[in-house]
Amino acid sequence: MAVEHSTGTPAPAPGDQTRIHNIGYRNYDGPRLGRAYARRSLYSQSLRGSYGLGRSVKSKVLPMLLFVVMCVPAAIIVAVAVATKAGALPLDYTRNAIVMQAVISLYVASQAPQSVSRDLRFKTVPLYFSRPIETADYVRAKFAALASALFILTAAPLLVLYVGALLAKLDFADQTKGFAQGLVSVALLSLLFAGIGLVIASFTPRRGFGIAAVIAVLTITYGAVSTLQAIADAQGSSDAVPWIGLFSPITLVDGVQSAFLGATSAFPGGVGPGHGEGVVYVLVALGLIAASYGLLMRRYKKVGL
Amino acid sequence: MIATESLSKRFPRVTALDRLSVDVGPGVTGLVGANGAGKSTLIKILLGLSPATEGRAEVLGLDVASKGADIRERVGYMPEHDCLPPDVSATEFVVHMARMSGLPPTAARERTADTLRHVGLYEERYRPIGGYSTGMKQRVKLAQALVHDPQLVFLDEPTNGLDPVGRDEMLGLIRRIHTDFGISVLVTSHLLGELERTCDHVVVIDGGKLLRSSSTTDFTQTTTTLAIEVTDTDEHPDGTHAVRDALHARGVSVEDGGGLPGAGHILLLTAQGEETYDLVRDVIADLGLGLVRMEQRRHHIAEVFKSSDEHEQRKEAVGHGG
Repeated sequence: MAVEHSTGTPAPAPGDQTRIHNIGYRNYDGPRLGRAYARRSLYSQSLRGSYGLGRSVKSKVLPMLLFVVMCVPAAIIVAVAVATKAGALPLDYTRNAIVMQAVISLYVASQAPQSVSRDLRFKTVPLYFSRPIETADYVRAKFAALASALFILTAAPLLVLYVGALLAKLDFADQTKGFAQGLVSVALLSLLFAGIGLVIASFTPRRGFGIAAVIAVLTITYGAVSTLQAIADAQGSSDAVPWIGLFSPITLVDGVQSAFLGATSAFPGGVGPGHGEGVVYVLVALGLIAASYGLLMRRYKKVGL
Repeated sequence: MIATESLSKRFPRVTALDRLSVDVGPGVTGLVGANGAGKSTLIKILLGLSPATEGRAEVLGLDVASKGADIRERVGYMPEHDCLPPDVSATEFVVHMARMSGLPPTAARERTADTLRHVGLYEERYRPIGGYSTGMKQRVKLAQALVHDPQLVFLDEPTNGLDPVGRDEMLGLIRRIHTDFGISVLVTSHLLGELERTCDHVVVIDGGKLLRSSSTTDFTQTTTTLAIEVTDTDEHPDGTHAVRDALHARGVSVEDGGGLPGAGHILLLTAQGEETYDLVRDVIADLGLGLVRMEQRRHHIAEVFKSSDEHEQRKEAVGHGG
């Protein structure tokens, strides 16, 4: 690119042939596409960045690896189902994300800091805000990008399962319904995890801290909640089990999908929240997503220039 | 280009800008002030990113309070601090920033290639920024501020951290932004001297107040000051003194060159015209001394800026020297 042709200029005078042409400064009078375009550009750049595209080879390794790790089990399940001519897939669409939660957590922990901590650390944020976009545009673009990246990560194995199920000639209506329920569930999970991951990452310019903090928050809450649930279940107070599940992101998603998306709960005793409790789950999940957005807005109001 | 009217910015504990009224026309304008004088606060307000406590300001005829986004589309900003991610190349980074300014993808690529060439980055633009020298990084920062062809750029301390050669190149580049690219420039610095060569107009602020706003010719070219330095010989063990006496005898008044230690060997005198140069040459030749330097020295903006402070500093310096 940027090869300069001096077409149309008069032939240089004799003896002048090796002169370097300085074509001088050219003004730009083309279109300026404004805020919405800039926001979309930031979104696509961040989404590509979440899989290491447009970045160094080194930064492609982890996200691509995790993507493969997510999809391979689904492919194996499909292969088994096709080979054994089983009447149903051995894994529910809604269950996949719960089983693979460690991989998803690792992905959020690695990519949320990549998305926002770098801009803070290298102080690139002021360059964004000296352009037409505003705080809300930056936050929305980053939030949407990470949520989309997570959705790709969690929906891809479901797609593999679905395509496999159709190839195995399983019941179309049944499979489509399960697939749709799974997609809704992972969409919620993507928003929730993206919000939590970004809020934590936006408070530290250090990428290492960000990674550690996100992993800690996701795994410690899950560990604590599932331990408490197990204790409550063992002591016979199984009424408390669904309520405890409100306090960690992955059990929150589990609760929502077992209440409304026909999933079997991974809670001890296999008893998920009923419809009444399920409403609380949905409200808490949406509340957390909204709170994450609000916290990010507050955070970036302060960062500014 | 820029107009402010009793613009004030107060934070709970400090007043960053205090009823600042200033008009800046097209061209290269220097914004001079010590650290903490309110330069960066002013730029933030002018970009529409920080509301003023009172007063109003316009950039390119647009009100900063209501038209911030429009202003930011037409101006460029080069921050004082580092702002470059080390793991991407200058090309990728500047293309991204061009798109963030609203340029369509193809235009963003073309403008990036052009702009990087104009600021003096060639093959290295494909390498990660992490490996660049300070001077190259400053050029990338400048390129991202110019890539969308703004009408006005704010350059915050662009010569910070550069060696003397890099500093001169950067100042030359800033001059070209106006003369060759037709983009007006507001450049801040706490080094008063370097702006007099580059700017058409200088605004001096201190403690958030306007100290002076006038064109650099007013500041510096009313008189030409000659600085001369000579060697000592056996015959004249203090050559400086001898020259001073000889010039005095010819009716030329001579001053010491500043009170700083080491500057004692420099004599300053006011050149009336060609004949002053001849006179100095003849006097030194008659005394048999060597002429180390004879240079034109414009009045430093510093002298206009804080003459009382300088007096005190001078006394102090003399006290230390003795």
